[in-house]
Amino acid sequence: MPEVVLVTGVSDFVGAHLAGRLAAEPGVRRVVGVDTVAPSRELARRMSGAEFVRADIRHPLISRVLADSGADTVVHAGSAPEGATLARSSATETRVLGTMRLLASCQSSARVRKLVLRSTTAVYGSSPRDPAVFTEDTAPRDPPSSGAARDAVDVEGYVRGFARRRPDVGVTVLRFADLVGPRIDSALTRYFAAPVVPTVLGWDACLQLLHPEDALAVLRRAVLEDHPGVFNVGASGVLTLGQAVRRAGRLGVPVPGALASSLAGLLTGGGVFGGAGQRVRPPDFGRVADTTRLRRCFGFTPRWTTRQAFDDFVHGRGLRPLVAPEWIEAAEREVDRAMARIG
Amino acid sequence: MADARVIPLYPDEDGTSSAWGRCRRDEDAGTGATGSDGADDSEGDPAGWQLALAEAVAFARRRLLGEYTVDEFGFDRELTDRVFLPALRAVYDNWFRVEATGLDNVPGDSAALVVANHSGTLPWDALMTTVALHEQHPAGRHLRMLGADVVFATPFVGTLARRSGQTLACNEDAQRLLRSGELVGVWPEGFKGIGKPFRDRYKLQRFGRGGFVSAAMRCGAPIVPCSIVGAEEIYPKIGDIPPLARLLGLPYFPVTPFFPLLGPLGAVPLPTKWYIEFGEPIETADHGAEASEDPMVIFDLSDRVRETIQETIYRLLAQRDSVFFG
Repeated sequence: MPEVVLVTGVSDFVGAHLAGRLAAEPGVRRVVGVDTVAPSRELARRMSGAEFVRADIRHPLISRVLADSGADTVVHAGSAPEGATLARSSATETRVLGTMRLLASCQSSARVRKLVLRSTTAVYGSSPRDPAVFTEDTAPRDPPSSGAARDAVDVEGYVRGFARRRPDVGVTVLRFADLVGPRIDSALTRYFAAPVVPTVLGWDACLQLLHPEDALAVLRRAVLEDHPGVFNVGASGVLTLGQAVRRAGRLGVPVPGALASSLAGLLTGGGVFGGAGQRVRPPDFGRVADTTRLRRCFGFTPRWTTRQAFDDFVHGRGLRPLVAPEWIEAAEREVDRAMARIG
Repeated sequence: MADARVIPLYPDEDGTSSAWGRCRRDEDAGTGATGSDGADDSEGDPAGWQLALAEAVAFARRRLLGEYTVDEFGFDRELTDRVFLPALRAVYDNWFRVEATGLDNVPGDSAALVVANHSGTLPWDALMTTVALHEQHPAGRHLRMLGADVVFATPFVGTLARRSGQTLACNEDAQRLLRSGELVGVWPEGFKGIGKPFRDRYKLQRFGRGGFVSAAMRCGAPIVPCSIVGAEEIYPKIGDIPPLARLLGLPYFPVTPFFPLLGPLGAVPLPTKWYIEFGEPIETADHGAEASEDPMVIFDLSDRVRETIQETIYRLLAQRDSVFFG
């Protein structure tokens, strides 16, 4: 049972909520949240009970923070910010160098007993030559070569190296599917919030999503229980991109691949050429991860299916469909009634 | 019979047990019913076309609102059953006039690996085998075929293939499907088979590297050899234009007496008469799990499957009098 937990990336939804919930655990004495920017007012309220230290994990100061806090458990939730699979950000340095610095601090700390890494299923890449479902041991045919996904691969590599050098530390790597929820602000949620959604012509990806509540439940268990290893975390079931667009009541516009990313960038406020540090690429092949190992070792099955998670996002955000579903249903009833009159 | 007349206009949320599916079951029940019941049905119920229209409208609503289910391989059962298979069924019945035999060799509710000969430039043989297993097998099985990666790397074609239940030919996917009790189809000759010249018709090519055998052995699934006669003459491939194939990223660019001479018209397959025979299942479970690592056992089994298919093809060919009339 951990006594003192250090959580990185607490200006994020998941990081802040995790810090708040761990602080409420009876066995946990102290929770220290670290991030470069302070959490928003609402998130700060969520993590009441936890302390916030404004620090950059790239900075040498982080080893002081770690030592002073006396943390025996480190949750690195800041390496894969929400929507990392879609957003291409210039924050490579924060993610990779920050992780290296944090791991160096952990390695020199005698107190650290456990490390939990929040990773992403984006490390599997996405290509037509991959199997439909990735297990933790699947060797990707086409690993990501750039962007946040590439960074996540590098981060996992450094964590593996750390685990080798400190075999006494239990290391849990959680590969999360894309999070969608009413209060998740990611490239993916912004993408679906746009009234017109550009999709890639000729492709309709299978999406596996994850409700943030399930992500938090798994992170919490990983901290409070001992489950060393690599685990995929994703909801059961899939939605195709086209299906998701329709469920959100958006208008999907298939455009040729190269154009799709520029258009998506423009619509989600990332700029046509990704100038604002965010480049959105609509999914073309998608990716589904097998969660058998999670269910067996954690004894936990995500409570929300992909479809339920997505519907919760649509309703929670109050996305207004372009054509109300009631109209379509009314039209159907009208046809049935007309037929009843004839027959 | 009481619930046989309940014909819901608004099917369940999940869309899998569609009104259409239930109506089909109603029809099945109706054939076994007594005469008076049959007369009742025709009086009290709305006419057939009204039902069909109501179903079509409900189907359209589900598609528009995204209320359908796609599995992790991208298989859309409802779309396949309602759109793809009926369209292919017309070709099956009227164009190729397929005669499928030995369907009782295919298990009704457990996993099996169907291994067939491949030919015909375009994979019509694969499509017709799917129709045979769904429309003529008593359990109405969906054949989950394993395709080459070029299929899934091609826009539209790749998506269509996934929606109709196909997935990439790799060990992971094959075993995942077999373990979940699906009927899996493979064409181990691959492009060597489908793209072979006309003079090599009905000569089985090399059977890949035997990956399909080891996948079946690991899952303990029986192998059902399937021999298809008729498909090899639909596009008599007399030549190949490799530079054009390279340019288009295709494995071959076929030249038939009609293609590319007649353009799209040349892509219409010749209306040959087809026979599809499913042979006796070859058990793999009794070799034991460790045998899947033994290359000797795998080669033996692979050769046995290949010989069975080749022999059946020769037998079917000997029985056939005419390519077009059977």
